[in-house]
Amino acid sequence: MMDYEIVVGLEVHAELNTNSKIYCSCNNEFGLEVNSQCCPICMGMPGTLPTLNEQVVESAIRMGHALNCSINRICKQDRKNYFYPDLPKAYQISQFDIPLCENGYVDILVDGIEKRIGVTRIHIEEDAGKLLHSDTFDGSLVDFNRCGVPLIEIVSEPDIRSSTEAKAYLEAIKSILQYIDISDCKMQEGSIRCDVNVSVMKRGSNEFGTRVEMKNINSFSGAVHAIDYEANRQMEVLENGGVITQETRRWDDTAGKNVLLRSKEDAHDYRYFPEPDLLTIVLEEDYVNGLKQSIPELPNKKIMRFVKELGLLQADATSIVENIDKCRIFEDTLKAGNCSAKAVSNWVLGDISKIMNETNQPIEHTTKLTATKLAELIQTIESGKISNAAGKKVFEVILKEDKQVADIIKELGLEQISDQNALEQVVNTVMESNTKSIEDYKNGKTNALGFLTGQCMKATKGQGNPAKLKELILNYIQTH
Amino acid sequence: MEMYQYTATELSTMLKEKKCSAVEITKSVIDRIHAVEDKVKAFITVTEDVALQKAEEVDKKIANQQPISELAGIPIAIKDNICTKGVATTCASKMLEHFVPPYNATVIEKLNACDYVPIGKVNMDEFAMGSSTETSYFEKTKNPHDFNRVPGGSSGGSAACVGAGEAVLSLGSDTGGSIRLPASYCGVVGLKPTYSSVSRYGLVAFASSLDQIGPMGRSVSDVAMLYSAICGRDAHDATSAIREYPDFKANLNCDVKGKVIGIPKEYFGEGVSEVVRKNVMQVAKELEKNGAVLREISLPSTGYALSAYYIISSAEASSNLARFDGVKYGYRTAEYNSLIEMYEKTRSEGFGDEVKRRILLGTFVLSSGYYDAYYKRAKLLQQQTTKEFHQEFEKCDVILTPTAPDTAFKIGENINDPLKMYATDICTINVNIAGLPAISVPCGKDENHLPIGVQLIGPKFSEQTLLNTAFAYEQIVGGFSCIPELN
Repeated sequence: MMDYEIVVGLEVHAELNTNSKIYCSCNNEFGLEVNSQCCPICMGMPGTLPTLNEQVVESAIRMGHALNCSINRICKQDRKNYFYPDLPKAYQISQFDIPLCENGYVDILVDGIEKRIGVTRIHIEEDAGKLLHSDTFDGSLVDFNRCGVPLIEIVSEPDIRSSTEAKAYLEAIKSILQYIDISDCKMQEGSIRCDVNVSVMKRGSNEFGTRVEMKNINSFSGAVHAIDYEANRQMEVLENGGVITQETRRWDDTAGKNVLLRSKEDAHDYRYFPEPDLLTIVLEEDYVNGLKQSIPELPNKKIMRFVKELGLLQADATSIVENIDKCRIFEDTLKAGNCSAKAVSNWVLGDISKIMNETNQPIEHTTKLTATKLAELIQTIESGKISNAAGKKVFEVILKEDKQVADIIKELGLEQISDQNALEQVVNTVMESNTKSIEDYKNGKTNALGFLTGQCMKATKGQGNPAKLKELILNYIQTH
Repeated sequence: MEMYQYTATELSTMLKEKKCSAVEITKSVIDRIHAVEDKVKAFITVTEDVALQKAEEVDKKIANQQPISELAGIPIAIKDNICTKGVATTCASKMLEHFVPPYNATVIEKLNACDYVPIGKVNMDEFAMGSSTETSYFEKTKNPHDFNRVPGGSSGGSAACVGAGEAVLSLGSDTGGSIRLPASYCGVVGLKPTYSSVSRYGLVAFASSLDQIGPMGRSVSDVAMLYSAICGRDAHDATSAIREYPDFKANLNCDVKGKVIGIPKEYFGEGVSEVVRKNVMQVAKELEKNGAVLREISLPSTGYALSAYYIISSAEASSNLARFDGVKYGYRTAEYNSLIEMYEKTRSEGFGDEVKRRILLGTFVLSSGYYDAYYKRAKLLQQQTTKEFHQEFEKCDVILTPTAPDTAFKIGENINDPLKMYATDICTINVNIAGLPAISVPCGKDENHLPIGVQLIGPKFSEQTLLNTAFAYEQIVGGFSCIPELN
């Protein structure tokens, strides 16, 4: 088989988390009773008219800034005409030739290497309803709750060269949507979906092959499988002397393969034209620029900073940043006290992650832990006041009770003994009754040191500072 | 004189002076409907009970000395493409024969707030596509001046009911002349307001960028009164203008001294009948006698308007009418074996020929590969037309033209010749293309006693000027005698 290169472009649809729908005042909420969140406007009743929700424009512009796009301060909305029972007006209001945002990019990390993926455009549009099928009734029913839910469509350049890159891109887009808080990004609720365009070309060639579009991809892992499957299919066709035809295929995640949906000849002619019921969108420069200020540090940049400036491992940095709530407690803790990033990272990815992964909620929501207390705890450990093991005990209490770290340490009697004189006394006593072990150590049995430290810890009921004890023991051996 | 024969302005004063009651007015209009509706066929739905109930409420308000608006107790007919909550809104189509909207159009909300008497829903060309009201799925409305002739369209019912005394006022809608042409044919006054001055919310869309609801009545003052009630910004219509409007009726003024009246030569050329030309020019002369200044002007793009109009309006219609697919409301075919078949049969059976013709045309001009050649060029022509009007309005205050090239034609005369039918709108279409206001006012009759209409066109939001000029002419001729005998 020849050596091929895969070329992928992605179209990501993300539902925005605005309070109301894009063209009417219905609630934008998922999972409520069928046809309870709709009105004559989003149901496309005769005579009704759309009015644009400005919050949608704002969210899309913010995403545009986050993806380094230029914002078209004058743009319009268009009608995309096609018949389907879940589309009550028989046209979708979208944007055709002048999208709100275009010409951007996003930097992703693939195997430790930074790669820039171009973003062709971001436009706003309305979602369609949902068809319901069941064994309990004939035919199909329509649920209009999702009609008019605001969407942004983010179209990438064909800069992606593997399914791994595609996954990294999708994850970057998802975490950016979460960081700027414009979408819930719940895959299982369909609030983020993607279409995939795949083609293959001989490695080294600079002429793209014919692309095939795949629809119905409902998860990032589905996207990876679909891309690999389609690329292999195309390579096989080419190897067998065939040609790739421009077509749309439907991905079947359960079967792990795709089937032809429609060929180029059957492609829809959407007869786009400017939506006459809505005015041209005209945005003030100050308004657009002002929204730029609202963009926080983005996750991809955060990872790079955590690695470069805080000295975290890339894997740890990624794990923290991937989850906005973990990242928040990490950064807040660093801000709250003078602790080492490494220690905070260990706590966040260890004990805290364990709880958060179980509850799927921010740690502050399910326990009494706060960033301030975590910082206090870590500082106390790092200063040597309590041992790591004691720290774990304090942590358990902090989770459940609203108490000061110092008070807990006192109550549990966990304070570490670091006082030089007190420890010296303990060491002297232990050493005097263990002369055999001292001899052993001097004869090269280094593990005798462990035994001696253990005896000293026992004598302090576990509260002796182990590092200091070790130091005093060695000093004793050398001077006796 | 019977109650139904008075104008709204007169009735409003009579009500306030307690010379009559709202119930008396409404009963008189209902009796008139019973007497002549068999011949005129203006209505699709007559809402007698609701009308009387509303009239009683108004009388109670008057008895309790509560303040009432000028339109309180006035029976108004509504074109059947304006949504009325709980009352069928059919667009004169089989497709919506049984459609009862669960909401009111904004104009209906406004009229309700004025305590108007909803007398019924009136006939029209199917989905407002036509110039004769002959494309209605229901009845053929007759011209009250000659039952063998059409009332014009598409607001034929709105014009005929006012002309026949079956309503005191009515609302129509105008996409290419649909208020002005029937007003002219039926000898009544009709105003097509500036695009964006009246909310389109609840008006079943034909061509969204051209449609506008407007008032029809038997006097200029009546039309001014109704226009004041329905205009204004509406948050439900993104295209509605943000501005304040005066009380148009209170501000009526018949002084035309120094007003410059533009006469565009393109509107008096071939195709305009001699009697129409003579009567319309007579209006100009009368205004001149009263101090107005006449000036010949030119609107060279006039000849292209019809083509641009049919491309833009059909393109928008093909999209606006796509929602009538049998899924949610309205007609659905009885038998089908697939979704596609359901769509095809529903739409083939539910729409009439003219509607289908325009959907096909609109679908074609928006198709990929044809968009630039048709739709885009039509939009360019629209810009050119708008610019020409704008330039000419630097030289004049009002433009005066015939409303239609000829008087009402016979029922069936043009129905098989779409192009000839389309040509009846030649004088009115440009106004919609440019989004301007225009009023049609009766100006005499032809040799068959058929009314002739004169059209006054103004710059955007110049309704007061148009109404004042029309009012001046009305004063000069001593009022319009609109209602024919019919017995």
